[in-house]
Amino acid sequence: MRPLTDEETKTMFEKLSKYIGDNIKLLVDRPDGSYCFRLHNDRVYYMSEKILKLATHISRDKLVSVGTCFGKFTKTIKFRLHITALDFLAPYAKFKVWVKSGAEQSFLYGNHVLKAGLGRITENTMQYQGVVVYSMTDVPLGFGVAAKSTLECRQVDPMSIVVFHQADVGEFIRNEDTLT
Amino acid sequence: MGRKLDPTNTVKRGPGRKSRKQKGAETELAKFITDGDYQICSLILSFCRAAKRVQKSKKPKAAAAEEEPKKGFTDENSQWLKPAKRKREGDEPESDDSDEHWEEEEEEEEQTKQTKKGEDDDDDEMVDDYGAVDDSSGEEAAAAEEDSDGEELLPIERAAKKEKKKKETMAQESDDDDDDDDEEEDEDGGDKEKKSDADSDEEDTVQANMDEMDAFRLPDAEECEKESIIPLDLKTIYQRIKDNVDVLCNFSTKREVGKERSEYISLLKKDLCTYYSYNNFLIEKLMDLFPLSELVDFLEANEIQRPVTIRTNTLKTRRRDLAQALINRGVNLDPLGKWSKVGLVIYDSSVPVGATPEYLSGQYMLQGASSFLPVMALSPQEGELVLDMSSAPGGKTTYIAQLMRNTGMIVANDANADRLKSVVGNVHRLGVTNTVICNYDGRQFPKVMSGFDRVLLDAPCSGTGVIAKDPAVKTSKDEADIQRSAHLQKELILSAIDSVNAESSSGGYLVYCTCSIMVEENEWVVDYALKKRNVKLVPIGLDFGKEGFTRFKERRFHPTLRLTRRFYPHSHNMDGFFVAKFKKFSNVVPTATAGKGNTFSHEHMQTFIMLVNMLNMNSSSKKKTVPGKAGDLKGKPQANGTAAKKTANIKKKGKRDSPAGPKKAKIAKMDGETVQEAEAKKPAVKTADDTKASKAEKKEGSRFEKKQGKNRKATTKANGRMGKNKFRKLKNMLRKKGGE
Repeated sequence: MRPLTDEETKTMFEKLSKYIGDNIKLLVDRPDGSYCFRLHNDRVYYMSEKILKLATHISRDKLVSVGTCFGKFTKTIKFRLHITALDFLAPYAKFKVWVKSGAEQSFLYGNHVLKAGLGRITENTMQYQGVVVYSMTDVPLGFGVAAKSTLECRQVDPMSIVVFHQADVGEFIRNEDTLT
Repeated sequence: MGRKLDPTNTVKRGPGRKSRKQKGAETELAKFITDGDYQICSLILSFCRAAKRVQKSKKPKAAAAEEEPKKGFTDENSQWLKPAKRKREGDEPESDDSDEHWEEEEEEEEQTKQTKKGEDDDDDEMVDDYGAVDDSSGEEAAAAEEDSDGEELLPIERAAKKEKKKKETMAQESDDDDDDDDEEEDEDGGDKEKKSDADSDEEDTVQANMDEMDAFRLPDAEECEKESIIPLDLKTIYQRIKDNVDVLCNFSTKREVGKERSEYISLLKKDLCTYYSYNNFLIEKLMDLFPLSELVDFLEANEIQRPVTIRTNTLKTRRRDLAQALINRGVNLDPLGKWSKVGLVIYDSSVPVGATPEYLSGQYMLQGASSFLPVMALSPQEGELVLDMSSAPGGKTTYIAQLMRNTGMIVANDANADRLKSVVGNVHRLGVTNTVICNYDGRQFPKVMSGFDRVLLDAPCSGTGVIAKDPAVKTSKDEADIQRSAHLQKELILSAIDSVNAESSSGGYLVYCTCSIMVEENEWVVDYALKKRNVKLVPIGLDFGKEGFTRFKERRFHPTLRLTRRFYPHSHNMDGFFVAKFKKFSNVVPTATAGKGNTFSHEHMQTFIMLVNMLNMNSSSKKKTVPGKAGDLKGKPQANGTAAKKTANIKKKGKRDSPAGPKKAKIAKMDGETVQEAEAKKPAVKTADDTKASKAEKKEGSRFEKKQGKNRKATTKANGRMGKNKFRKLKNMLRKKGGE
């Protein structure tokens, strides 16, 4: 386990800020103690400092996971955000999309969100803006990228994609093996 | 069940279903169903029915039509669509009575199932009509109909038997009933007796019938041979099992003269193995664990699945809200019980429970009810450091985290790397942030990290408590498997104890649990831990469950094993489970003194001889005091932890007496006779000469009388626990020392 280098930190924060903007500092300086990011086996883990101390006792090959896994760095040093980070993205999300009940299942299977399934969308969403997807009951379902800005969404036909799927909670069942 | 009706309040029953269909049946039945029979019949049926029947017995049809307009009975149909009335009565009774009523019906239904074959056509007809009329009530109508048929037959059947006895001629309908009855009688021989507890009169009449029929006989050699060639069908075997158990329960009265109990038991074992598909080993083990009446219940309970239960994740939602959301999705559920605030039991569901958006967003977790128990027993507090040694698939770990409100730290460990993936998945899904997940062998854990406030060990076991989930256990387990599991569990529990920090301000607890019902894996392992480490058992904080065994066959366990709890599928409707909660009161690890038994090694003898030569002083016998001391110490049960304290103190004293100091310490460390060690202690207190003398003499004596000394110890000591005696002696020594 090692701290992130500067470039890695920059890459990761850029990705995160797509979804939560400058609320990133809220992730690091929390009222209940300071939290940090650490790298282990190409994955970024978010944990409090107390757990960090404990985890250092465990040897590298036996350690499987610490705190919450946010995502991983690919072979080409790009950062890919995992669904496991949803709990921290959802409360600070800047732009949200609500999906109708009928289209919920489809999104949970990994499909993109079509205009027909779009319930609500925050105003002033830019195109290709990172968004967090909710169900109509305000349960976070995953996140994605807005394919169209809010204004365009109103005009476009019902079968076109409005949100590109990036991660959804259905992956907990579909991709259990790749979580770690 | 002890229901006693007022005998003066006779109740009339209407004619049965069949009879209602056939004209003239009432007249025929009226012939032999007298008032007396009605009285007996009503004891079986519910009060409410009886009450209503009294009113309506004279004009059942009209009443039925009046009562159920919603059924859509027209007047012409009401002639023969009778059962509705009965059903309605059954559906709208007072709650208590209805419970009894339905219970009875179920019993009867099971036992008279075969007779219903003949009436299936009738049922279908009736069901179809009901279905056409009113769909929603159609189902319950059909269900109730079956029951009502079953119970109807029985009183009629009993009446029929009476008739046979009295040798009156029967009408057509009753002849049909008779035929059915005859078929039944042979099959249900033993069952009839069990059913009619409530009414002694009826029992007598039925009993009389039983005596006339075949009492249960053991098959002789010919029949056994026949069986090996052509195996019996399952129904016959099941009936034989029931009869056999019945005989064994009242052996003196029901036995066949000349046949030994062991023959009955061996036949029972064979039948159980065949009927429930177990191997011999497991059936024998289960026979040791359960009395015969419970054994069949246990085996039956293992055939069906336990109800699906879920645990609300209080980090993300509340049980109330979750229940509402799931009900909106079409799930039929109920709170689990008074003992759990987060459990819900799922009866049925139109959507897959493990794939709802609520599940995926981590609002609940699929978990067996028995898995709630060890975590509730552990009761982790906020801010503590907790270890879960065998955490896959992560249900208990996440429950611990939610009880701690994501504070403190949890280490979730499992030896199997593949199963750890499910722990990672579940931990992330449920939003647990204070967990470290690692992949160690539990036995090496104290080296990695120790000093935990609480430790949970859900040890890998043979799985004999979860046969309902994994029927392969029935045939695949044998003695070697159990011993292997037990060995591993003993090692794990010692490691777990060593990982606990006894000085912890809020904790120092270990919960050991298994999903097995075998004594070798449960009480034996707990007893082993008590002997080997400074731990003691404490109450687990749950008020239900069966107490653990304190003795089993030839083994005797520590009396505090009463505080452990066993759970069974047939009595608690959850998977078989065993939970024990330890408190560690000292971090010192007792060395080989505790629990090893009295052994002398050559090395020890050498020490003695050396001492004797060294301490060649005048002898003053302290022997006479020793038995007295041993006698004092007999009655005091001590946990083993005190042994550690004593050894520590002994060592200290040894050092003070410098010439023989190291030697004394060495002697003190030995797991030898307490006599010797007591002597070693006492000399430390008294003057050097005296002590040396006494020791010398004692050593000599011991050398020659080693075995006798041991025997003496065995007779004077209560149960071979050296700990008690040592402690008392030490205390006395200290007192004396203080005095001096």
